[in-house]
Amino acid sequence: MKNKSLVLYAFAYLAFLYVPVLVLPVFSFNNSQFIAFPLSGFTTRWYAGLSADSAMLHALGNSLKAGIVTALLSTLLGLLAAKAVTQYRLRGAGALLGFISLPLFIPDIVLGISLLLLLGATGFPLSLAAVVLGHMLVCVPFALTVLIARLEGFDRNLEEASADLGESALMTFWRVTFPLMLPGIAASLLLTFITSFDEFLVAYFLSGTEATLPIYIWGQLRFPERLPMVLALGTIILAISVALVVLAEHVRNLGVKKPMVGA
Amino acid sequence: MSFLSLSHVTKSFGAAPVVDTVDLAIEQSEFFALLGPSGCGKTTLLRMIAGFETPDSGTISIDGAAMNTVPPHQRPTNMVFQSYAIFPHLNVFDNIAYGLRKLKLPKDALRARIEAMLATVRLEGLGARAADQLSGGQRQRVALARALVREPKVLLLDEPLGALDKRLRETMQVELRAIQRKVGITFLLVTHDQEEALSLSDRVAVMSGGKILQVASPRELYDRPNCREVADFIGEMNFFHATVRELTDATATVNAGLLGIVTLPRANLVPGIKTDDHILLAIRPEQVRIAPNGLAGEIVTSTFLGERSHFHVRIASRSEPVAVSGHAPAQGTVMLAFPPESLIGLPFA
Repeated sequence: MKNKSLVLYAFAYLAFLYVPVLVLPVFSFNNSQFIAFPLSGFTTRWYAGLSADSAMLHALGNSLKAGIVTALLSTLLGLLAAKAVTQYRLRGAGALLGFISLPLFIPDIVLGISLLLLLGATGFPLSLAAVVLGHMLVCVPFALTVLIARLEGFDRNLEEASADLGESALMTFWRVTFPLMLPGIAASLLLTFITSFDEFLVAYFLSGTEATLPIYIWGQLRFPERLPMVLALGTIILAISVALVVLAEHVRNLGVKKPMVGA
Repeated sequence: MSFLSLSHVTKSFGAAPVVDTVDLAIEQSEFFALLGPSGCGKTTLLRMIAGFETPDSGTISIDGAAMNTVPPHQRPTNMVFQSYAIFPHLNVFDNIAYGLRKLKLPKDALRARIEAMLATVRLEGLGARAADQLSGGQRQRVALARALVREPKVLLLDEPLGALDKRLRETMQVELRAIQRKVGITFLLVTHDQEEALSLSDRVAVMSGGKILQVASPRELYDRPNCREVADFIGEMNFFHATVRELTDATATVNAGLLGIVTLPRANLVPGIKTDDHILLAIRPEQVRIAPNGLAGEIVTSTFLGERSHFHVRIASRSEPVAVSGHAPAQGTVMLAFPPESLIGLPFA
């Protein structure tokens, strides 16, 4: 009896989580402009329409650019900080980590407004570069968390062993540290990319005329006839996001144990 | 100058010196052990020889070349780490081949060299095995092979058997000794396990508080410790307070309180002891005789060890019971005799 109600609860919970999300793909294939039941037939025309939308493609390009640059820079900064925190007994390392992670807990809207004011005061133009800077604030803590977890798991003697076996610091990084950190680096790149790609509020404040994809979608919501196309776009983003997050989790958990090809 | 030579080497972390003006001379092909309790500075000393720590002062030289400014990756030393530090992303073969990259050996020659090394450490056929599929003993062998294959001038071993269980440790002790004989490389072993140090090494340096107390062969360390600390650290020892009465070239006569006036060979005294000095007379449990007449004592504990038993015997007017090893009833009163030739005189410090 008890088991049955627990199963029911579990299903209800999953439904609560995923039914709203599933609305997107369902209506994106619905052959009607109106988002309402009953469904009126299957179509892929909303998807076909997307590829012809040059404004959308431009926004997509902006999002990819911002996402890739944010991912690379955040992961690089995260890597350096993670190495410092795990390798040396730094005084105040805990406080330092706390400070770096703080942007995670600041509401995005506050972050967006403060950055907007700051950029205005310094004369930095609203642009994709500004968006990247804003996204990095949010992404570096993610990168740091993933990379520290990875670095803490490995024996510091490994790097000493490499030096002992005749390799310089640079070759040691290349032959030992980097291969061992690769899963962490890949996971960090994927997570920070997806965080930047999906982010709306900070980008909304800082992008100026260079709309990113979420901003473009927000703009489209004013036109009811374009709604199905937005749903189609949303479905694609959703699918890619899920795929990337799953991939990120997978590579992150690739054990140190898994043999990899060394340099 | 010796093959591996340390001169006045000092290292501090913060205020307290961890290694305090250490001098050490180790010969080529010697199996040498640094023995001491944890925190005595032995691992720091090893890491300075490997180049991972820099001495505050003093010099280290290997085969006549000063090492002070040579970085670890250019030193003619290789280390077997306590944690083994096997590269987890490489298989056994690639772990062992790691340090041979710069030799740029042709593939066949590299393979032949690794196979030969695998045979030496008895890991034939395991070259393709992934690092995480190795047992503790196998990891130890891979770490050893990886270091030996570079043919270092000095092989440094940091508590190499500490992580193994007792039986495996005993097997590896025998093998380690055999491998050292075979390759003829100078081995410098760091351990806190006196049995390991005594059974493996040609010579042992006993360290405490960053200083070297005594350097000697295992036999000599056991029979002729030069101070109370060494005597205590290596095996078990009974001590009696005594005062030197008279010294001749061949003998020393001391007043040893409970034991009366004793005359022992002069050679049994640590050099430097003078008449009227307050000294410690020391004797190993197995040198104490159970005799028909001697000092009467009450057995307080007895442990049966098969071939012999180990006793603690309380003697009137002495707080510390005397440790005795031999044959006697499990309880009751025994008579103890202390043969003068088995007594050694240590400075009272």
